[in-house]
Amino acid sequence: MKPVKFDYLPARDGAEAVRLLTEHGDEAKCIAGGQSLGPMLNLRLARPAVLVDLHRAEDLTGVEESRDAIVYGGAVRHADFEDGRVPDAARGMLPLVASRIAYRAVRNRGTLGGSLSHADPAADWVCVMTGLGATYLLRGKKGVREVAAENFIQAAFMTELAPNEILAGVRVPRLSDSARWGYYKFCKKVGEFSQATGVVVVDPERGYCRVLVGALDSPPVPLEPVAEALAAEGPDGAVAVLDAAVDTALGDYPQVNRQLYKVAVRRALAQIGATR
Amino acid sequence: MNKTGIGARVRRLEDDRLVHGRSRYVGDIKMPGMSDVAFLRSPLAHARIKAVNKPEGLESRILCAADLDGVRPIVAESTLPSYRTSEHWPLARDKVRFVGEPVAMAIGRNRAEAEDLLEEIDLQLEALPPVVNGAVSMADDAPRLHEEWDDNMFLKLSVGQAPATARDKAEVVVTRQFRTARQVMNPMEGKGVVAWWDYRDGQLVVTTSTQVPHVIRNGLSRCLGIDESLIRVIAPEVGGGFGYKCILQPEEIAVAWLAWTRRKPFRWLEDRREHLTAGANTREHQYSITAYADRRGRLLGMDAEVTVDVGAYSVWPFTAGLEAAQAGGNLPGPYDFREYRCQVNAPATNKPPFTPYRGVARPGVCFAMELTIDAIAREVGREPWEVRAENLVPADAMPYVNVTNKHYDTGDYPGSLMRAKEAIRFDQVRERQKTPEADGRLIGVGFATYTEQSAHGSKVFAQWGLALVPGYDEARMKLTPDGGVEVRVGIQSIGQGLQTTLAQVASEILSIPVDRIRVLMGDTGTTPYSYGAFASRGIVMAGGAVSRAAEALAERIRVMAARALECTPEQVRLEDDRVHGPNGSLSFAEVGRIWYLRPDELPEGDRHGGLEVTEAYRPKTDHGVFSYASHAVVVAVDPQTGKVELLDYVIVEDAGKVVNPMIVEGQTIGGAVQGIGTALFEEVTYDDQGQPLSSTLADYHLPGAAEAPHIRIQHTESPSPHTAHGIKGVGEGGAIAPGGAIVNAINDALAGLGVEINQIPATPERILGALLNAGAGKENAS
Repeated sequence: MKPVKFDYLPARDGAEAVRLLTEHGDEAKCIAGGQSLGPMLNLRLARPAVLVDLHRAEDLTGVEESRDAIVYGGAVRHADFEDGRVPDAARGMLPLVASRIAYRAVRNRGTLGGSLSHADPAADWVCVMTGLGATYLLRGKKGVREVAAENFIQAAFMTELAPNEILAGVRVPRLSDSARWGYYKFCKKVGEFSQATGVVVVDPERGYCRVLVGALDSPPVPLEPVAEALAAEGPDGAVAVLDAAVDTALGDYPQVNRQLYKVAVRRALAQIGATR
Repeated sequence: MNKTGIGARVRRLEDDRLVHGRSRYVGDIKMPGMSDVAFLRSPLAHARIKAVNKPEGLESRILCAADLDGVRPIVAESTLPSYRTSEHWPLARDKVRFVGEPVAMAIGRNRAEAEDLLEEIDLQLEALPPVVNGAVSMADDAPRLHEEWDDNMFLKLSVGQAPATARDKAEVVVTRQFRTARQVMNPMEGKGVVAWWDYRDGQLVVTTSTQVPHVIRNGLSRCLGIDESLIRVIAPEVGGGFGYKCILQPEEIAVAWLAWTRRKPFRWLEDRREHLTAGANTREHQYSITAYADRRGRLLGMDAEVTVDVGAYSVWPFTAGLEAAQAGGNLPGPYDFREYRCQVNAPATNKPPFTPYRGVARPGVCFAMELTIDAIAREVGREPWEVRAENLVPADAMPYVNVTNKHYDTGDYPGSLMRAKEAIRFDQVRERQKTPEADGRLIGVGFATYTEQSAHGSKVFAQWGLALVPGYDEARMKLTPDGGVEVRVGIQSIGQGLQTTLAQVASEILSIPVDRIRVLMGDTGTTPYSYGAFASRGIVMAGGAVSRAAEALAERIRVMAARALECTPEQVRLEDDRVHGPNGSLSFAEVGRIWYLRPDELPEGDRHGGLEVTEAYRPKTDHGVFSYASHAVVVAVDPQTGKVELLDYVIVEDAGKVVNPMIVEGQTIGGAVQGIGTALFEEVTYDDQGQPLSSTLADYHLPGAAEAPHIRIQHTESPSPHTAHGIKGVGEGGAIAPGGAIVNAINDALAGLGVEINQIPATPERILGALLNAGAGKENAS
């Protein structure tokens, strides 16, 4: 279980990474924390001839704060959120979510941009960033373009990223003081991938309300009737329409799985009422 | 009392080096000019090999079966009636019979290069229909794994007689089917071997991660066709064995053959993917049980069928029959009933060969038996602990010979159950269950009691028909010139702390503290013969041998010291790290000095055998000695998700005279956590083509720290009359009962919902699926 031979090219910054990716074309792949790509390399499922390493690129490891949002560099690590080394735009949500990603050893190296680019539907950031209405900053040869989180993932493990683009940053809108959120994932054991994820974000001041079910075979699915009921009637109203909404959205899933998805969203909704 | 003798809570002598990462495992060994070997493994479960084509120019670096001149297949004999042997070639010939079976090997400067070479091989296979489980294997029209056989059965036998009287008298009949999953043992360190030719000694040196170095030497001699004197097997530090490393591995033979024929160092290190696929080799049982009882739940008899999915080949030396035969023999467990029949089936399947794993068969039989007891209790409307206690062999019946001729030596089985019930605060749990939990979860409590046959003697192994029958273990012991002790034993430590406990046994007799006693092990070149570390035999057999050797050495010391102390040997006592006579004392260093450095001080003409002795030991009886324990657990089951949390866990164990309570506790906890894996998490799944679907640890779930509850342990001591110091074995015990105890607790929690779980692991999907089927999983609370 050893990778095929590859060249290792560390990038000083995002621009150099894009240049290297362009130069090596299909043969190149980015690596940041390596927590998903590492095993795939060892299993020889990924066989790039060139690895462009982003994890020391200066402009990808920082944070930019503005009044309405925070932009996190793509190479910010899960542990940076967990340990408070980067500011939190979401009233406690980002550190809490980060602290439950896999195991500490994974969080020490795994990055926000790496996780999103890998696009595993069960990944925490994939669900949470979509729930928060984040915007992804994709850097390519012609500069930076913006893609909304919900439009980024096309299917499991497939994204909007062009071969020579990198996910340079993630802009997360700041939640206002009255915002509430809920996050629940069902895992067989601590640290394993989620089997059902529920994300709820409600921010009345900004007129924002989103309810998602995640850890599907595809990107997270918004449960709009539930979000509408939540905005209009609160958590109890949302729970009342939840089962039907999940059955409609996920009709093809086996009964056991649908049940877990309902539970995940219901438990996320239950957190809305709780004080944070 | 001797501060480091038997019974003392001595800190493990091993831990400083292990915890600081200073020890040396196979993977740490580097030899000049060493090559790495990688194996091409079958991608199909069942296929005929049409060709193994090597690219031109790589003939010497890629080898297949035809290249291995002189190599013989692994053939595990047994005299059990109906048993069939298989030929297991280190590299497959003609056919492949499981996904992961080695077909060819490549030699590289490093592992990556060797794996690159594997990709150059053109392997031509003709797919055959796979036999993916026992039921398929036993069907009339099943494809044949071994074409020379007239069916697929490694073993098919019937134990006992039909329970005719019980059937007539029974007021209650309970029938159940139980299943356990195929598992992978997952020692932290996988298999690994480095082999080279030692020109000075003229020996093939095989350094391998094994529990049984002397047995591996026997096996390599057979399969390479060379004299044992040409082979030295060394087990370095071994990072867990659990049974996976008590058999001769095809890779060991292949790598040893390379070193033997090419006179150069070669290495193979198993990686986790190889382990999870080709090593998926244990625990998979199916039971069909009918139990006959009276209306109070007293067991009268049992009629059972056990089918063990034993995979494609029979492992050496323990065979494909051992697990099934043991299942049939051990199913009655600690219970007192007189009529029993068990049909035992060991069908061959297209899966890796079955290997005995910590507990051997007993985790399966304990699960089946303990769930049966609870099912009877529910049927007669009584508490499971009550029915259990009334059926257990009572203390006043000891020694007791059970229905399958197991000789239970000592113990109070019902007493251990009652202590466990007390410790788990059973009455409080029943009280708590009367009020719904705030979080909607359901509380349950469960018990399991088992016996653990340890240190089986020669007759037991002979009864199982094994060609290689363990008997005596040996120990060599020497007083060094400066008054320390060296102990050489052929057994191997695999993490169980034998260096500490064997030193404690020596310390008990010699009165020398353990920090002056070196226990050296696991090297056929420097240690006397031992069958090795398996079947909870280490501390009984090697401990007994060390005890004998220490007595013999003490006698030599007494004779020699008597001269200097001007008394008779009988008057000499060894106490407090000194040698005492009636009128004075000597240090051990002075005794050593006289013999080694100043023999001129010894009276002339005296004959003395020196200060190094070798002794062999085997217990007074061959029946094995029986440890036992009761486990009690409280669970919370989330009826909306099927997830189980262990809230409390109690073990009341009895391993006879305990040499080191901390080590017994550590082993019991470690075993119990493996048992929690069996109960709740671990399962190798296959598709309908026999492809393993759990080939990484992301798919095969092991319990971690967060899944292990705080386990509370109580010791009782019923010394065995048959062994040195009354010691019994305990290494496997912890792993036996969790499946039974935990699932009994789950079923207790679900009792009101018309759901009964009879299969492990009891995963959330399984529990939730059962609840949804019963219409009980629709929730209204969060």
